[in-house]
Amino acid sequence: MKLFVCVNQVPDTETKVKVGQDGKTIDRSEVNLILNPYDEFAVEAALQIKDKSGAEVTYVSVGGDSHKEVIRKALAMGGDKGILIKAEGISDSSAIASMIAATLKDSGADIIFFGKQSIDYDDAAVGIMVAEILGLPSASVVVKLDLDASGKKVTCEREIEGGRETVELTMPCVITAQKGLNDPRYPSLKGIMAAKSKPVQDLAAPPADVLTEVTAMRKPAAKQPGRVLGTDKSAVPELVRLLHEEAKVI
Amino acid sequence: MKILAFAEQRDGKFKKVAFEIAYAARQLADQFGGECAALVIGKNIRGIAAELGGYGITKVYTSEDEKLGLYSSTAYARIIADAAQTLAADVVVLAASAMGKDLAPRVAAKLKAGVASDCIAVKKNGDSILATRPVYAGKAVIDLKIRSPKMVLTLRPNVFTPGGVNGGIASIEDFPAKLSDSDFASRVTGVSVTKAGRPDLTEADIIVSGGRGLGGPENFKMIEECADVLGAAVGASRAVVDAGWRSHEDQVGQTGKTVSPSLYVAVAISGAIQHLAGMSSSKFIVAINKDKDAPIFQVADYGIVGDAFEIMPELTAQMKKTLGKE
Repeated sequence: MKLFVCVNQVPDTETKVKVGQDGKTIDRSEVNLILNPYDEFAVEAALQIKDKSGAEVTYVSVGGDSHKEVIRKALAMGGDKGILIKAEGISDSSAIASMIAATLKDSGADIIFFGKQSIDYDDAAVGIMVAEILGLPSASVVVKLDLDASGKKVTCEREIEGGRETVELTMPCVITAQKGLNDPRYPSLKGIMAAKSKPVQDLAAPPADVLTEVTAMRKPAAKQPGRVLGTDKSAVPELVRLLHEEAKVI
Repeated sequence: MKILAFAEQRDGKFKKVAFEIAYAARQLADQFGGECAALVIGKNIRGIAAELGGYGITKVYTSEDEKLGLYSSTAYARIIADAAQTLAADVVVLAASAMGKDLAPRVAAKLKAGVASDCIAVKKNGDSILATRPVYAGKAVIDLKIRSPKMVLTLRPNVFTPGGVNGGIASIEDFPAKLSDSDFASRVTGVSVTKAGRPDLTEADIIVSGGRGLGGPENFKMIEECADVLGAAVGASRAVVDAGWRSHEDQVGQTGKTVSPSLYVAVAISGAIQHLAGMSSSKFIVAINKDKDAPIFQVADYGIVGDAFEIMPELTAQMKKTLGKE
């Protein structure tokens, strides 16, 4: 079985976002970059299949040289090799998806995994677009995954409002992983050492149309701190009155 | 400019967000002096289609089929893209819901359309659309210009709220789905409800959330009791979810859900940056925390510096009284 996991590099969740000089992207000067948290669930899902029934796991990332760090991080968790599609400064999901799709078109992939979204642009689109371009079925926001013994079908559960949907897919397919799908393993020291000698191939970016353009980025209007109504339960009636009569939200 | 609104239904009932999408699509069409139609897909849905008339939609297309009773991303996306092409729609608008977020990228790829996801504002920008949307879980906001002639938008629920229903009438026309078995390569075979009786975080008008300060999972009972009086959803901080006290589905913040309810009550939550990112756009925020320096007070409209164990039972009791639920 051939499995691909698309991984992205993003600012960690502790990041205090500052708008950069260009007014369109964030200031990256003091930002710590990590493997996108949702991609860890995608990596783990692929590695669990590899552990159980054997598979070749390849990581794919679109970005600059620094993205090799997240490919190495994933390789330290397990898996076989990496591909870096070299394209910097592109945030349009359609363009990124068409680059990945062009790269994986004849790869013989059985499953292509993604995190359900990258925590930078939060678009939640690339994985599903890759599926559509390659003519594959997909399930997004997956919290449970079972491969049929025949290797032709996947059954999974995806999160919806107030519940879950059970989805049946024919293989090959695309899965986007949600928190809760599994507990991602930590790279072992042996894994980290082994990752250093695993092959990571540089690939020139295939041509792609960029369909959207960020024209401005700003911080949301800062919320002003409001009123502290008290320090014990005697403040509760006033709180309820304000919510009911002034804010009118209850 | 012609706009097609996808009005989401489940089990033959429109989701609340379907009316928001209808309303927003109408507003956007009006900015261009353009046309606007809605599309409904499912089983036994012709009867509800007329409801969209009250939100400014004058034409509703229905794609009805026994096989469309349960969601299929591949089949639904095929129908939406077919309808957009047949009707020569320039813009397709969907909800940024579980279904809409699953469909929009597929529809966009079929139409070679640029996509703007989870928009909180959309407006005419010459011949194109300028979408405003949060990024980094709400730590920043971007304006996004769509360059392609075709455009796909998903709109954040609870933002484009219609003022009310008007007396508009929609004409209804069948849009027959032309589907083969291969269009059901991905299909839903069942739906399970995990939170019977409580609204989902992303749809809730009121959310009561608990943090690590509650000391243990058993103490979420206080949060649930308060939530149930208000008809609210129950949320949790990441610390609580990572500790295994609550399911990840309840997590609010970056790597959890980004929410914008009318009222967000944060109980024993200090307000880590990841949490604040996910809930700061709530219309009203109440913080209850022992630590007066907790960052949550920086975004709260009303706060009580005190012990949740003392305050919550009183709050629940007072809410009951005010709402006449004693």
